Amino acid sequence: MLGTGLIKGMAQTAKNFVGSYQGPERLVTVQYPEERLAPKENARNFPFLVFDGDDAQKGLRCVACQICEKECPPKCIYINKSKDKKPDYIGKPQFYPATFDIDISVCMSCQICVEVCPFDAIKMDKVFELSTTDRFEALLLHKTELAKPNEYFQELHPTEAAEIDTRFAEEKLKAEAKAKADAEAKAKAAAIAAAPKPEPAPVDGSIPTPVAPKTI
Amino acid sequence: MSFSNSGNTGGETVIPSSDSPSLNGVTAAIDFDEPQKSYSLLPKQNSEVPGELLEVAMGPHHPSTHGVFRMDVVLDGERIVKLKPVFGYLHRNHEKIAEGTSYLGSIPYTDRLDYLCSMSNNWGYALTVEKLSGFQVPERAEYIRVIMAELTRLVNHICLVGFLMQDMGAMGTPLMYAFREREKILDLFEAASGARMMCNYLRFGGVRCDLPKGWLDEARKVVENFPRFLDEFEALLSGNEILIARAQGVGVLGKELAVNAGITGPMLRACGVNYDIRKVDKYGIYDRFDFRVPLGEHGDVFDRYMVRVLEMRESLKILKAALRDIPEGLIVDAKAKSRGLRPKVGEAYGRIEGPKGELGFYLISDGSANPYRYRVRPPSLINLTILEDMCLGLTIADAVIILGSVDIVLGEVDR
Ligand code: SF4
Ligand code: SF4
Repeated sequence: MLGTGLIKGMAQTAKNFVGSYQGPERLVTVQYPEERLAPKENARNFPFLVFDGDDAQKGLRCVACQICEKECPPKCIYINKSKDKKPDYIGKPQFYPATFDIDISVCMSCQICVEVCPFDAIKMDKVFELSTTDRFEALLLHKTELAKPNEYFQELHPTEAAEIDTRFAEEKLKAEAKAKADAEAKAKAAAIAAAPKPEPAPVDGSIPTPVAPKTI
Repeated sequence: MSFSNSGNTGGETVIPSSDSPSLNGVTAAIDFDEPQKSYSLLPKQNSEVPGELLEVAMGPHHPSTHGVFRMDVVLDGERIVKLKPVFGYLHRNHEKIAEGTSYLGSIPYTDRLDYLCSMSNNWGYALTVEKLSGFQVPERAEYIRVIMAELTRLVNHICLVGFLMQDMGAMGTPLMYAFREREKILDLFEAASGARMMCNYLRFGGVRCDLPKGWLDEARKVVENFPRFLDEFEALLSGNEILIARAQGVGVLGKELAVNAGITGPMLRACGVNYDIRKVDKYGIYDRFDFRVPLGEHGDVFDRYMVRVLEMRESLKILKAALRDIPEGLIVDAKAKSRGLRPKVGEAYGRIEGPKGELGFYLISDGSANPYRYRVRPPSLINLTILEDMCLGLTIADAVIILGSVDIVLGEVDR
């Protein structure tokens, strides 16, 4: 009969209408600014720089190696390397970024900078409420705005952060152990050097005899 | 392109009012090969023509064109005498940019080709680079790829059906139901890759990161509930008299023309040609799954709709099997590297059965860090070329749904 298909369809819409007041699978809308969905752990939008310790600028993990700047497909990272060095988390002197800017109006949230960074210094953030009336300055994030503490990163990506933290701790322990071993070795060497040793036999001819200036 | 003689020959056979000799005279008088002096498509007005032909530019900002796309149509009353698709409004220089970036840097750009199906776009590109560089994909990564690609197919087809219904005048209802289901799949994508649409998830020789804990169970739940939604969707649509009246017998595409024009994907299968690259090439691990290829018979809009609905059911079969069998293990080839990849000199063409058709990538490597040549074979663009042949003699309202049934995404058409 003509119209049965229509009536069946109407029954479906009626079912959905009623269901949208009860069933969780049909009631999926969230009333956004008041209600929010918890972000997924892997969610990403724009990068930020991780720092350890209390001082945001001193603790930056970034060593200004500029790999991310080179690999970023739309080229929206701008880095200037510092002239001097500062110690990193294991005490090795490293360069640091004198400027580190990301133009998030160009960034396409691809996460390639995060992937290629060998120092786990740049990670993806989840803030999305970034709208502004200034198209240029407000969307060019500088080092000061980008720096966020490691605790923040731990909160955002707990699994990944835990993994990195253990690795860093291990490296630090290793470095400390090595430093200690080095210090001990040095001390030993010094002790040996300081101990009275039999006078080494003077090596004959080791000191070149001064050649008499040629007379002209 | 349909901007050839087909308009002339079609004018004689397809136009229903071809008994009017003067109209025939007009269509034959259009010489499209001649460089056009003026912008107008209108033929020189023949004094014997009763009434005037009207040229309408539909688009670039027209709600039915699914993006920035223009159809220049010449109308005789309401009948289409000539149709010229104009694209390029969304050209973003994808291929040239890719020739200047590293191999890795192009992956996020492939997301933006067909932005509904970023996962399968990634796969097409990764497959080509793997051919070029000889990376082996581990078992688990192959399964993840199949799961992602089939979820993408669900997303694409469900959106297409929703938009098609929107074009037919079913304002919102089917589309919103479709989007509700799509949302659940996008949540899965977000949990796995971090982004809902621009996933950037596949890497050469595997995938970027392993699935998070509990992801597979979530996916199983979604796949289990999907058939119920499909049943509902079909009860809403498939038997609907209005849909049948609008779609059956409209926009018929013949088998021969489809094959000659290089049409692929559901468009081709709706004409009854059995060609599915998953079956033909057996790329990835598709030979392990038991699924059928739904075929249409008439090649009209209704068949295209039906083929897509049936394809979703087959995809669900693949998904069930893949989610059951997925092993533990590595997710990326140990030898593979993404940064600083320099494949040896050579060329490769990789293709996959994307939701829209054959998505191919052609790469030439000269041994440097960027490809020497990078070319995309976009199914949307090639499927769009026969638009005129399907629309001639029909009305504007039909042209809208025919365009909808082709399933284009302008990001891919213009690149
Ligand atoms: S963020 Fe990482 S990759 Fe980028 S310059 Fe700093 S250390 Fe290097
Ligand atoms: S997320 Fe991508 S686009 Fe954005 S800064 Fe990192 S590499 Fe560049």
